[in-house]
Amino acid sequence: MMEASVLQQIIERGIPGAYVEVRDTTGGGDHFEALVVSDKFEGKGLVERHQVVYAALGDAMREAVHALALKTLTPAQHQNRR
Amino acid sequence: MSEALERIQSAISGNRICIFMKGNRNFPQCGFSAATIQIFEEIGTPYGTVDVLSDPEVRDQIKAYSNWPTIPQVYIDGKFIGGCDIIRELHETGELETIVKSSSAQPAAR
Repeated sequence: MMEASVLQQIIERGIPGAYVEVRDTTGGGDHFEALVVSDKFEGKGLVERHQVVYAALGDAMREAVHALALKTLTPAQHQNRR
Repeated sequence: MSEALERIQSAISGNRICIFMKGNRNFPQCGFSAATIQIFEEIGTPYGTVDVLSDPEVRDQIKAYSNWPTIPQVYIDGKFIGGCDIIRELHETGELETIVKSSSAQPAAR
């Protein structure tokens, strides 16, 4: 069980400079969706981008989080979506 | 090589589209696995599945094998394509269908 804000901090710490939004989708503290915007995603495919986020999460991903729906965007892609 | 690793590799090489999932195509045991199967059904392409719930060693090892912490996992032509989110995203943009069709149009290069 984990707070969305804690998960957000873990991702922000693991990917310095990233913009991160995390939402607890069920209120149960183990299903989340996250938007991560980082220039580290430039030139990377989706698999590599998600791996960057999973690496940032480390043990939290293996233990506390049952499900995480991920959206990974570069700053330019994020601009275009607004 | 461990037997579980052999089972993983033979599933990937034996199925052009190989989905490691919880449950099977008729009875998926997880919403993310079900959503992934649904997309390949919509595209209407043949695919193979491996039920990780019935093979705990494969369930454990596929995560390290793909460097990916969650199930489902989709391989096409031996290449790791992604989990449920990525499959959804590729399906929305039409890229998934392109990948599926291009690889079916030519024999997989190995």
